Amino acid sequence: MIPAAFEYHRPTNMDDVIAILTKHGDDARVMAGGHSLIPMMKLRMAEVPHLIDLQDIGGLQDITIDGRRVTLGAMVTQHELVNHQALANVAPILRETALQIADPQVRYMGTVGGNVANGDPGNDMPGLMQCLDAQINLVGPDGARSVAARDYYEAAYMTTREDDEVLVSVSFDAPKGGYAYEKQKRKIGDYATAAAAVTITKDGGTVASASIAMTNLSDVPVWSETACDALIGTDCNADALKASVEAMLGDIDPTEDNRGPVAFKRHVAGVILKRAITRAWDRA
Amino acid sequence: MTQKMHIKLTVNGEDKEFLAEPRELLIYALRENLNITGPHVGCETSHCGACTVTLNGKSVKSCTMFVAQANGAEITTIEGLGTPDSLHVLQEAFKEHHGLQCGFCTPGMITRASKLLEENPTPTEEEVRFGMAGNICRCTGYQNIVKSILAAANELNASKEAAQ
Repeated sequence: MIPAAFEYHRPTNMDDVIAILTKHGDDARVMAGGHSLIPMMKLRMAEVPHLIDLQDIGGLQDITIDGRRVTLGAMVTQHELVNHQALANVAPILRETALQIADPQVRYMGTVGGNVANGDPGNDMPGLMQCLDAQINLVGPDGARSVAARDYYEAAYMTTREDDEVLVSVSFDAPKGGYAYEKQKRKIGDYATAAAAVTITKDGGTVASASIAMTNLSDVPVWSETACDALIGTDCNADALKASVEAMLGDIDPTEDNRGPVAFKRHVAGVILKRAITRAWDRA
Repeated sequence: MTQKMHIKLTVNGEDKEFLAEPRELLIYALRENLNITGPHVGCETSHCGACTVTLNGKSVKSCTMFVAQANGAEITTIEGLGTPDSLHVLQEAFKEHHGLQCGFCTPGMITRASKLLEENPTPTEEEVRFGMAGNICRCTGYQNIVKSILAAANELNASKEAAQ
């Protein structure tokens, strides 16, 4: 498999990246680990006349933890998310999620930024970022701006990022209470048939707050506020779980593909969410 | 066709320089420009792991990296781990425990396993299976691959203890 020819750029600062993007417009694209973009280029589903490799840009590889505020640079790899002990102490849901992405070799290269920016409904980080109410930090020719992850995704591969902007980091407050990332996949390396990111805080014996986001069950990740509301004030009993799953099913819109027909995906989504809520509640 | 780039790699401790189009995949640069044919082209879609090499301390699938990205990198392939006269501990263990049949996946398996044991010298069977999940074998059913890697870990740890 040979991709279309391209000119290769490896700038060493963000100003140069923006300048190349501004100059070449649609013909230029940035690449982090390349583990979504390179396969697309090999299949010639993506043609990139000007490929901008971000590996030499300083500051994009950092994991910063300031109290409960966590910032992950765009070039932080899934492997680093798995192995960063301070991050696992403050926000273990990152490790739990990263361990369920692809395989060891892909995790050494695959990045947070690529996973979040790509807009592939099968990527796991977008749903997680919506669950955590993360901010997505962009820079462009007009400076920096931040967008809530819950407002970032418009359609498959379509986000609010402009063509001349670069995703440089994501930031979020480490969630309190219990958490779970639960994913059903056919095999190692597959995208989710259904996946759920859940955080829950407990007050006395009941749910004080909850956040629920689903992956690969619509053309964008789905943060389900109604599914959260169905849990709040309950003790996560069977009826509350059922109501939350019902609410979630009202928000997703899966399509049939090689992972199964719509009815099957809805079934799996319900099973996975129930498991995720149960585990998050047990940990709360 | 775009202009060729001047590429420098350090492969198995030797400096290599050659010209290549930036779109050339690292696996083809290794096999066809440098005649390093240990890493294999299996699926060519980053699933099977037959093309695994160690690049700047990471196990990577060299079918999913452009040679331009690897420019300046240090790479270890199966050729850098052992020789026919002096096998690597993992190669010896695969031979001893029948960790291969056709052998096609073996260079990738052993290169990946060497990194796994470097990061985790005393893995459990479960950790070996999880750490090797990016490598596919169609002959052995994996049982003997896992056995070989665990045996190599024991061997490496025993010789480390003996040296102390």
